[in-house]
Amino acid sequence: MALYILCTILFSLGLYCILRKRNIIKIIIGVIIAEYAVNLFFVLIGYRVEGRAPIHAPDQKILNMVDPLPQAIVLTAIVIGLATTALLIAIAMRIYEKYGTFDITKIKELKG
Amino acid sequence: MSRKHEKGMSLIVKTITRFTVGLILLYGIYILSHGHISPGGGFAGGVIVALSFIHLMLAYGKETALKKLPKNVASFFESSGAILFLGIALLGFTGGYFFLNFLSKGQPFRLFSAGIIPLCNIAISFKVGAGLFTIFVALVLLTFEIGKKK
Amino acid sequence: MMHDPTNIIPFFVIIPLAGAFIISIVGKRLKWLPDVMGILATLGLLSISILSVRFVNLYGTLVYTVGGWKPPIGIAMVMDGLTAFFVVTINLVAFCVALFSINYMERFTSKWKFYALFLLMLGGMNGVVVTGDVFNLFVFLEIAAVASYALVAFGTEKHELEAAFKYAVMSSVGSLFILLAIAILYSYTSTLNMADMANVLIKKGEPSNIMLMVSVFFIMGFGLKSALVPFHAWLPDAHPSAPAPISAMLSGVLIKSLGIYALCRMFYNVIGVSDVTTSVFLFLGALSMIVGGILAIGQWDFKRLLAYSSISQIGYIVLGIALGTPLGILAGLFHLFNHSVFKSLLFLNSGALEYSTGTRDLKQMGGLFKKMPITGSTNMIASMSIAGIPPLSGFWSKLLIIIALVQAGRFGYAVWAVIISVLTLAMYLKVLRYGFFGQLKEKLNKVREVPIFMKLSMIALACICIIGGMLLVYGFGRFFLNPAADVMFEGTKYAAVTMAAVQ
Repeated sequence: MALYILCTILFSLGLYCILRKRNIIKIIIGVIIAEYAVNLFFVLIGYRVEGRAPIHAPDQKILNMVDPLPQAIVLTAIVIGLATTALLIAIAMRIYEKYGTFDITKIKELKG
Repeated sequence: MSRKHEKGMSLIVKTITRFTVGLILLYGIYILSHGHISPGGGFAGGVIVALSFIHLMLAYGKETALKKLPKNVASFFESSGAILFLGIALLGFTGGYFFLNFLSKGQPFRLFSAGIIPLCNIAISFKVGAGLFTIFVALVLLTFEIGKKK
Repeated sequence: MMHDPTNIIPFFVIIPLAGAFIISIVGKRLKWLPDVMGILATLGLLSISILSVRFVNLYGTLVYTVGGWKPPIGIAMVMDGLTAFFVVTINLVAFCVALFSINYMERFTSKWKFYALFLLMLGGMNGVVVTGDVFNLFVFLEIAAVASYALVAFGTEKHELEAAFKYAVMSSVGSLFILLAIAILYSYTSTLNMADMANVLIKKGEPSNIMLMVSVFFIMGFGLKSALVPFHAWLPDAHPSAPAPISAMLSGVLIKSLGIYALCRMFYNVIGVSDVTTSVFLFLGALSMIVGGILAIGQWDFKRLLAYSSISQIGYIVLGIALGTPLGILAGLFHLFNHSVFKSLLFLNSGALEYSTGTRDLKQMGGLFKKMPITGSTNMIASMSIAGIPPLSGFWSKLLIIIALVQAGRFGYAVWAVIISVLTLAMYLKVLRYGFFGQLKEKLNKVREVPIFMKLSMIALACICIIGGMLLVYGFGRFFLNPAADVMFEGTKYAAVTMAAVQ
């Protein structure tokens, strides 16, 4: 249970970072932290006490494995996160090229 | 005097890179080809393959690495990996279902087993390896452009 | 086996993805290929989606087992009335948009990138609608979303990048909430298949606190994707900044398939609606309708006005669907279809105006009706339709929503719906007055009508706007609209129907 609460705290830290920070790079880091908190939570769900890695190997009986499905899912989620992060960073660099700053309070072409 | 014009890092780094980069590439290929019988697979193997090229770029500068794997070749590999994956999935229709594992499964824990899964791993590793390298190159070239304008 | 009607289902994903990857390999060298590929892929998708409507009417719910693995274990693709309705809507708009892009995208340098991303986004949307697996839904949703971030930033101008960044960050947070909800749902039910999940939840009986948490996360996540009012801040920036065909896609179908469809599917068919969720949806819908309408009327940028109007119309749709009565759901879905058609037509009109005059500011236009008769008349049809002028499609769906609200005894919401409808009429009269009628400005004398493909796609959408009301006529609506409404009205019976359809 304590681990789940730590996950929630990590997620909240990420959200806080997204909402409160003014630097674009820090916002991106916030997105990454929140994302990893969710991934961690998902992997923890599949854990069982004293379970071993879900790998089928020769001359070994399958017993007491952790749930392999969340691990597969988290791998997919990480790949998706990679794509999003790469795109966010590329956009951030373009923004720096155009505006010359990373401060979101100075970047406001759009209003209303 | 000539050191200023030399691209990349110091001699020590370059020498070590020359020794290790091939090994890293080989290790990546090992991981991706054994994905169906041990931990690893297309994504992990592809990342390691991409890292070997990124390693080269960090040590020798972008020209050397881009000579080994030009940008448009990398993006060709990326798209062809995706097409290959889709093609393998479509071939499943020969057995009646999309994504059907239509090849013979073979014996477990052999290199040539598990039907289409090793083939899928190879396709994924093309996509991931070339994709990751292209992302890195795109970001690096973007910084160069920004630097030039200043 | 090959003549099995279920075999068409995976092609909703295969065709756009294959098109996108082929374009990204050879599109750089062969200049003509991206256009042809875009048209062919969307035309193919449109025809198989119409075919799927027929199949659903003939055979009922169809389930495709990917790789031959049976549903609770393997990934299933489900084609029922609601899915058939959505694929037709998506691919109809996509086809018109692809037709429009042939001429419109000439002024951008890398057309092939546009088409590759466009088809990728289309594949993601079709995937979201077709899949029967919760995590698969998330993956397709992210494919569509990541492609749309890149498309919003396509022009790489200052404001486009800013809008894209805002959109990308907010939408990723939405996705994280969805993933979190899926994680909790998986730990609670130990399955990812929607039908199986619904079965497990029925067996568990009484809704618990965990389900409440899941519901809150889903409302936040899908609410962010569909821009319901407290979560709408990204939409008025992102939709106007994209190139016009993409604005049409985003406003026309993306927020609906990623937001409304996923919300409906999860809440009606998997989790099951309760009184609390109904009242939350009604409140959010009414709030979006009112706030979007009021903010829209003050805008002078044509596309920004349309974007705010989208928020308002999404409010109508949610209001109709959330009622939960058969008439309310029918009206909501009907309005969803109509809104896809006329809002994408309006965005294409704005693109045509920008193409010819080079501006989107209504204050700098005027008297363009004589110069651009086709753009002007299609814009008039779309505006009248969205404002609810009788013979056009928008009138019937709004009327149905209001009747459904009155029938359900929600008089307050009904009054607001009427008031916002009048406000909508006012804002579109403003567009017509400043854009197309009035005095012709000096510098607009050289303005010419847009090229042929742009005209064709606008005329096609305008025709659908005019005959849209016919969908209500018995035979037509029975095949297209009623099966979709039935799926939602039956609620968690979806599980039994889907499981029975697996051979």
